[in-house]
This record gives sequence, structure tokens and C-alpha cells, in this order.
Amino acid sequence: MARSMEKYLRPEVVTTPFCPGCGHGVLMGSLLRAIDQLGVDMDQTVFVSGIGCAAWIPSPNFAADTLHTLHGRAVAFASGVKKANPDLKVIVVSGDGDLASIGGNHLIHAARRNLDLTVICANNMIYGMTGGQMAPTTPQGHLTATSVKGNPYRPFDLVKLVKGAGAPYVARGAVVRPYELIGYLKKAITSTDFSFVEVMSPCPTQYGRRNKYDSPGAMYDRLGELCGSFSDASCPLPEGALPLGEFNHD
Amino acid sequence: MPLSKVSNPVQAGRRYLSGNDAAAEGAIAAGCRFYGGYPITPSSEIMEYMSRELEERGGAFLQMEDEIASISAVVGASWTGAKAMTATSGPGVSLMQECLGYAAFTETPVVVVDVQRAGPCTGQATKVGSGDIMAVKWGSHGDYQVVALSPWSVQEMFSLTIEAFNLSERLRVPAFLLAEEATGHLRERVDMPETVEIYTRDYEPGQPPFGADDPAGIPSMPSFGDGEKLLVTGSTHDQWGFRKTEGPAFHDALVRRLSQKVLSRKNEICRHDGYHLDDAELVVVAYGFTARSALSAVRAARSAGIKAGLLRLITIWPFDNELISRVAEGAKGFLVPEMNLGQVDGLVRAYAGATPVRSLTQVNGSTISPAGILAALKEMS
Repeated sequence: MARSMEKYLRPEVVTTPFCPGCGHGVLMGSLLRAIDQLGVDMDQTVFVSGIGCAAWIPSPNFAADTLHTLHGRAVAFASGVKKANPDLKVIVVSGDGDLASIGGNHLIHAARRNLDLTVICANNMIYGMTGGQMAPTTPQGHLTATSVKGNPYRPFDLVKLVKGAGAPYVARGAVVRPYELIGYLKKAITSTDFSFVEVMSPCPTQYGRRNKYDSPGAMYDRLGELCGSFSDASCPLPEGALPLGEFNHD
Repeated sequence: MPLSKVSNPVQAGRRYLSGNDAAAEGAIAAGCRFYGGYPITPSSEIMEYMSRELEERGGAFLQMEDEIASISAVVGASWTGAKAMTATSGPGVSLMQECLGYAAFTETPVVVVDVQRAGPCTGQATKVGSGDIMAVKWGSHGDYQVVALSPWSVQEMFSLTIEAFNLSERLRVPAFLLAEEATGHLRERVDMPETVEIYTRDYEPGQPPFGADDPAGIPSMPSFGDGEKLLVTGSTHDQWGFRKTEGPAFHDALVRRLSQKVLSRKNEICRHDGYHLDDAELVVVAYGFTARSALSAVRAARSAGIKAGLLRLITIWPFDNELISRVAEGAKGFLVPEMNLGQVDGLVRAYAGATPVRSLTQVNGSTISPAGILAALKEMS
């Protein structure tokens, strides 16, 4: 990460907790750049996270108040923080399993309630920390530690899920397109409504190896293809496409 | 000790109130500024009261999507510096258990009013029970301590709610008001005081928020927004909150301190009442609503020439084992009537020494009558 972002990190933190090739470092850098560009007061910001690799993006790295909670409950904790002290900026950073599986109910109700929370979901499409089990976001047919013949079920489209629950700002970014991602994060943080940014972030260690990617680089290339610009509405989307953008307008 | 006398913010004087309303007023008086909850019989009147009153008084109210979210929001709110609570009943307590362990482990003050109903499971939702005694102490995994107080009157639904807040804030532990449906829905006279004593959270800027050199120490508690760059985590942590998930010494020291900070202060925490204990041969150990019937039975037994007394436990957790051992020395027998299958009975037996203990259990969804307790005393005499 660029030295200019070091001021947002705790001096005690000297190494990244992430595996080689993990996308979460890019997400961490993108989030800090968004914070830097907005001039967010870190002393009046609370970062709330659940359990999993993505929950370690803010905790303990960020030099701000951090609340590293239980598996799935980050959004519920964050709702209490925001409601009890509306002057604090509250940003949730957690993973797809945490936010959309065990915490799915809290996510949709927070979107419905529309408290001023920013929820950033690092989606690596698998349970990374526990060893690569199937997530609610694992694409159908893909291989995980609990679906060795391929995931038989359909994944959630998190953007549609959260938008359907009433979130006024919903975006999908990807670590292969960091400048767009920073833009979405800035809008989400600035929003005074409930805002949700799904961030596609590859997990080479657990996901890539099982699904026969030759290298982390190959995973990033494929993600780039799936996140391509799909502006021509007459063209059908390729299978597994992950259209990026803001989805808050019908 | 930052215990200060303040004007009671709710209407003082002689009043006629339900137990649940009195608990809500106790919370207001204690300085509660956040309520997060989910409706459940027979506690919902507390939530309804807080939804009407709390924001009028500068606090915040959130109806959450379930009990897990409720206690999570309460913990989050507590870290903003707000005194925070929820109210629930057995099924909700079961759902909250993981997060109650989080509160204990992160030393977050939270108050839970558990208006107990007839369990297990959905049981008889509108009927009384007292089956959560062990659940509130042992329900979350791992070793930790909580405070639990048992009110026997509407007056105590008010005063012990304040005490639960004071102990929770002072000790940085979850504190329960272990009420029962019969007390929650009871309506009776209350003498509301003009002033109340409330505890203000200790905060020394710059001090470590999760530990002290004292193996029974209670650390200073900052709030989000104080500029302390807090690291709150449910993983094993050092005194500044950095995760320490490898070193055995960190875990050992933390788990032991979290218990010792409560157990070493038992003498300051534990309260009880005694009636006719001075020369009592048969001692009824009772708590909550059952203690009302027990007192009536003890008086009737005295009239019948039986030297009976009542030991009313106000504090259930931490359990005052020394008290039981002390009373056991002068007693010929204990009788423990309970609206469960003998949860406090087992504790009394553990510390009664050679004094025989008789358990009187009733789990039919109704309160134990004085006649039943009197009959047992007559059999024992």
C-alpha cells in the first residue's frame, strides 16, 4: 500500500493478514483512498466487522474505533452504534458469508430500516477463513470444500437482494477496477442513507485452487472478463457475469 | 466510586404500577439511553413503555428483527457511552446467549430484563416459570460471570433494575433482572423515591480499556468517538484490544480476570433478606415471586409453633455460597421452593454442609402457593 495511506493504519500493525493474491488488500487500499479523498474524520468513525477474512480489513488495521463483532452480527451491532450516537460515521466491512448467510436477516432489515450505515461486502464467493466451504454467493457448479461435485444451488445476487430490501444506494465494484470502486465507496460513505457496496475480491487460496485457476493472476483476468462493460443491452450477458455499477436507480 | 444521587426522573410518590412498567421506569431512572428489543410475551410491556418514553427523554429506541440483533445493537450502543438494555423472556434469552458471552468477554455493560415464562421451548408463553436461573449464568460457551437479581415485588422491579444498571456499569458485565411473569404482570403499590443513586461509567483517558495489572481489576471504559481508537473484539485480546489468539498466557489471564473481577467483589454485590432467621430451625430459601408465598408460609408455620425462617435471595448471580454455609450452621433443614425442577436447590445443596435440603418444585405454569410450602414445612418439622 502506498506510504501516503499509512497514516490511517495503526503503527503496531506491520504485516497484512491476507494470503498472497487475496483481493482484500486492494479493497483495504481503495477504502482508505476513499476516506482520504473525502477527508473523513477517523476519530468520529466506527468500523464494524463480523467474522472472517474481510472482517480483518478494519480490525485491527485501521487507526479508528473498531468493533470486531460476532459472526453475522456486524450490521446489528452497527445499528445500535448509529442509533445511539448519530454523530458517528459507521462503516461495516465484512464478507459475503458473514453478511449474506448468517447475517442475511440483519442485512435486509437494516436496508429496510434505512439507518445511515455504509455496508461494504467483500465477496470472495467462498468461506475463506474456515477452509473454503460453500457460501451463499458461490456460483452454481463451482467447487468448494463442501461441494466437491459442484455447488448444486443458486447463489444470491447481493445487489438485487439489498436493493429489493429497500437500500437507497447499492453498487457493485471489483478489486480489478479500483478507481471505479473508490468512486462507489465515496458515494456510499457520503450518503446519509443506508448504502451497500458489494466488492468482488478473489480468494486464490481457497477458491482459485479448487476451481482450477493456474495462478492468482488468472483469477484476476477472469474476474476482469466477468466484470466487463455490458452497456449494450441487446447483447446477452455472459454466464457468470458480474455487472459493475450503481444500481440505485430503476 | 462514581455513585451519585440524582433526582428521580419518573413521577415520585405513591403509585400503582405493573411490574413491567416499573422495570421500564427503573431503567429510565438509572439513566438508560438505548433500548433495542424484539417483542416477546410476557416482557413486551417494557419495550412498549420504552418505545413511548425513551426518545422523549433524549434516548434512542430500536425495534430489531430478532433477539440476536437486539442484544447486538445493545452492545454496540453501549460502546457509544449510552447505558443500554433489552427485555425478553426465555426463548429470547436462548437466542441472545452468544452475544451475552461477547458482552462478558469484551466487558460491555448491558442490562437484560428476563421476564421468565414457563419453559423449556415455547412452553406456556403467558404462564409463569423460573427456569432461566442456570441459563443466564451458563448459557454462553466458556467461563464468564454475570450479575442476576431477583425481584419479588413491583417495588423491586423498579429498584433492582436501577441496581442492575449500576452493577453492570461498575463491573462491566452483563446484568440480568431475573423477573418472572407473575411479577412482571403484577400490579401493586409502589413508593417511588424522590431521588435515586446511579453509577456513572469510569473513564480515564489514555488508560488501557481491556485490562489492568490487578488480576481482578476492572479497566476504564472509553466510548466510540473519544479519540481512543478503540479495538473491541470478541477474540482473545491484550489490554489494548489487539487480538492475541495464540499466546496461552493471554487467554488464561483474561478469562481468570473476567471471573475474578466479579467473584472477588461478592461481598459488595450480593444482597439478601432474612425473616425470622435468628432462631429458625427450618429455613426456606426462596427468591422472586416464590419468596412472597414463602414468607406467608413461614408466618403461618410460626403461628403453628414451627421455628421456620425465610432466607430471600435478592442476588442470584454471583451466588452467595458463604451465606448458605453460614445459615446452614444454625439450621436443621433447608426447604427450597422453586418454579423449576430445582435449579437453586442444587446450589444450596452444594454449600449446605450436613444440613438436609428438601426441594419443592412446581412447573405447572402457576405460582407456588403458601399452602404448599407450609405443608412441606410441617412434614419437615
